[in-house]
Amino acid sequence: MNDQREDVSAVTDSAANNRVGLQELLPPLTTHEAAVESSRCLMCFDAPCTHACPTHIDIPRFIKKIATGNLRGSARAILEANLLGATCSRVCPVQELCEGACVLGSEHKPIAIGRLQRHAMDYIYSQGVDLFQPAKATGQKVAIIGAGPAGLSCAGELARLGHSVTLYERRNLAGGLSTYGIIVLREPVEVALAEVEMVQRLGVRLETGKDVGNDPSIGSLQANFDVLFLSVGLGTTPQLGIPGEEHIVDGLEYIEQSKLDQARLTIGRNVVVIGAGNTAVDCATIARRLGAERVTMVYRRSENEMTAYPHEYDFVKREGVGFWFLAQPVKVHVENGAVKTLECVRVELGEADSSGRPSPRAIPGSTFMIPADQVVKAIGQYKPSLASQLNLKTEKGFIDVDSDFETSVAGIFAGGDCIRARGAASTVMAVQDGKLAARAIHQRLVNHG
Amino acid sequence: MADLRINFAGIRSPNPFWLASAPPTNSGAQVHRAFEAGWGGAVWKTIGAPVLNVSNRYGAWHYGNQKMLAINNVELISDRPIDVNLQEIAEVKRAWPDRAVVVSAMVESKPEAWHDVIRRIQDTGADGIELNYGCPHGMSERGMGSAVGQVPEYCEQITGWVMEVAKIPVIVKLTPNISDIVMPARAAVAARANALSLINTVNSIIGVDLDTLEITPNIGGRGGHGGYAGPAVKPIALNMLAALGRDSIVAGSKLPISGMGGISTWRDAAEFLLLGASGLQVCTAVMHYGFRIVEDLCDGLSNWMDEKGFATIPDVVGRSLDRVSDFKDFDLAFKAIARIDQQKCIRCDLCYVACNDTAHQCIDLVDRHGNIIRPGAYDARSNGKADAVGTRPSVVVREEDCVGCRLCYNVCPVEDCIAMVELPSGRPSVTWDELSQKQREVTEDWDKMLQYREKMGIQIH
Repeated sequence: MNDQREDVSAVTDSAANNRVGLQELLPPLTTHEAAVESSRCLMCFDAPCTHACPTHIDIPRFIKKIATGNLRGSARAILEANLLGATCSRVCPVQELCEGACVLGSEHKPIAIGRLQRHAMDYIYSQGVDLFQPAKATGQKVAIIGAGPAGLSCAGELARLGHSVTLYERRNLAGGLSTYGIIVLREPVEVALAEVEMVQRLGVRLETGKDVGNDPSIGSLQANFDVLFLSVGLGTTPQLGIPGEEHIVDGLEYIEQSKLDQARLTIGRNVVVIGAGNTAVDCATIARRLGAERVTMVYRRSENEMTAYPHEYDFVKREGVGFWFLAQPVKVHVENGAVKTLECVRVELGEADSSGRPSPRAIPGSTFMIPADQVVKAIGQYKPSLASQLNLKTEKGFIDVDSDFETSVAGIFAGGDCIRARGAASTVMAVQDGKLAARAIHQRLVNHG
Repeated sequence: MADLRINFAGIRSPNPFWLASAPPTNSGAQVHRAFEAGWGGAVWKTIGAPVLNVSNRYGAWHYGNQKMLAINNVELISDRPIDVNLQEIAEVKRAWPDRAVVVSAMVESKPEAWHDVIRRIQDTGADGIELNYGCPHGMSERGMGSAVGQVPEYCEQITGWVMEVAKIPVIVKLTPNISDIVMPARAAVAARANALSLINTVNSIIGVDLDTLEITPNIGGRGGHGGYAGPAVKPIALNMLAALGRDSIVAGSKLPISGMGGISTWRDAAEFLLLGASGLQVCTAVMHYGFRIVEDLCDGLSNWMDEKGFATIPDVVGRSLDRVSDFKDFDLAFKAIARIDQQKCIRCDLCYVACNDTAHQCIDLVDRHGNIIRPGAYDARSNGKADAVGTRPSVVVREEDCVGCRLCYNVCPVEDCIAMVELPSGRPSVTWDELSQKQREVTEDWDKMLQYREKMGIQIH
């Protein structure tokens, strides 16, 4: 608990010290903007935006409620489908989801669904109103391991249904990537923590700083709970396996410090980010916004293969970030303990590898140097280690689940990034996993309880 | 360039657009500026009996993002001293000899009061007089305005008093707050008025404040009915205008009609002309956007007339009147069905829900394989732009079941996406009137009607 208090004070400090560059990118809609935008919605029937939303929020319904001035009803319509509506309104890749499917996209001006959702969410959180009450206690007990979006969603939904839920979190703060891994430009820490508190007010018991597997052990949880739900996310950033790697900054830690411990965050003048996914984009963005003069992203494939969303790529280019494509880092050169250059080799693309993308092949004799005083890597994360500990069946290293989100071990369910063998990992997918898993768990508990 | 000049009951103006008697014509300074902007004429804000006005006198009806789809007011006639008004009218007319300056009047229902005000107006050099029998609020409580306009006998009597002394054209302005607009118009004809104008404002309450539970707008804790005007009333005005044009007595009198009620654009103006107005008046649109709108009113009307080959305003006036018909004279064999242009359709499915829930259930959702599917028929785990757009069904009209009601056409947000296509019905043309004369039993007995339908191949699912 002491640790948690320390961390929360760090949040406050970071908020107070926050430099202008890291404020939330999009301003909230004014009441008038929300009225105009919501009135523009055609109110499609069986709307494609709702289909495109992984949690299937009834979007025309919540938008028309904004238009009629029923913000409380609007917020409820959102939260009924997605308990973490405040986070999702900020972090969802709406261009790929609801807004991408908006029929007004044919006129190049889809409804600003994300920002309208945020308008309704900001309202309800500013009112301090709880829209849901837990049902009568069932006496059934569920342990959830990992308090990220999937865990919070599952915990909240089960608590609403009257089950007794304990949520274990390894870190000092709950919220998972929403708290630690989403840059402040997109979601302030306070938003994620407010959702955690909302879930706690539904009766969920939160145990932070608990390393499940060691203490408590899985066995003790299995003995004390009717069902377990694993929402452990992914592991740490893998090794590149190159000389000087110990001088490379981990991208996830870089982002975490920018959110929670900015005073101790060092930003280089000439920063190189290895990787070209959404996390790499975020690292490059905060480096630029926090004062780096030059930021270059280095990626061993071409822009056709990069995993960042197209809108994120566009965004980071406008931030003034440069790119080295088809470049493979081979060594970090260090002088007197300080990074000087990143040595790379040019690559060409060959046959498709196991990921389905063309495999990079080094071109002999093409070594070149990129000057840098800070190198950050954001090249994905290790697969969940708990899977092997528990001997769970896996798919490509991810936990394998059936259509009810149950793992190969009866009574242990899983969801979120740790099961995302296919498709892009995202907060909203995790929320949907948590919701659907909660329904399946509820059925199990009702039928077998 | 079309000739936009009009000669309305002897009152000439360079274009048909006059400001209606209302706040925009409250003072000489305003009318000067309006004429500078290009208005062809102005009907001065009603002068007459002494009054006092209140604050919060204008309410408005907003819908969606459209502000002021209509305005509602409890403003009375001019609250400026009558002598000041008369002096400014004289000055304006002297400065603008080519524009129409008409003065609206409303006084107590006594012959001497009307004789006096008519003579004083004539002394200004004004081109005409409009008798305000229309205001539904305030003045009507004192036996004026719509209290006169709602009783044809009063209309005729007072107009008669006016005509005893009038030397310039007299226009009788009608209130729409009456069951049959033809009656007061006939009264004006009987009293030998020179022209008619319509409509005055529609009686209305704008709304209730959901915080305070007071009437909107709030006038010291109270509120009440007022006159409703603006784009929302246009269809009501068009119907009343056409009713006069189709009445044998009113039309037979050949009195010109100054049309008003929601004219905001040249398109509205053209419609009023086509239904028989030979002059036009505008108020709410000016109160929303200012005098400048007259430029496009003239420009748009002129371009449209050029395109259509109309050289003068009289060429346009009343051109669509003979198309106005009663239901009994419609061709019952006429058949149209809705057809959706799949290339233009954006798949909002508004036509589907409107047809399915509230009309005749003849639009289907059809998937890529041609199967009819139910709404929301996708897996809960399906998501994303590609899934949502790629698997979105088409909306397809089942033409054999379509009754051609035109609801889908009306709700479709895409220009020219749904067309009402005229198809041969294969039946001989017949009107209800003809049917009830030739086969009366069919129009009075359901069994006979069913036999008739079967014979004619009329199937209603």
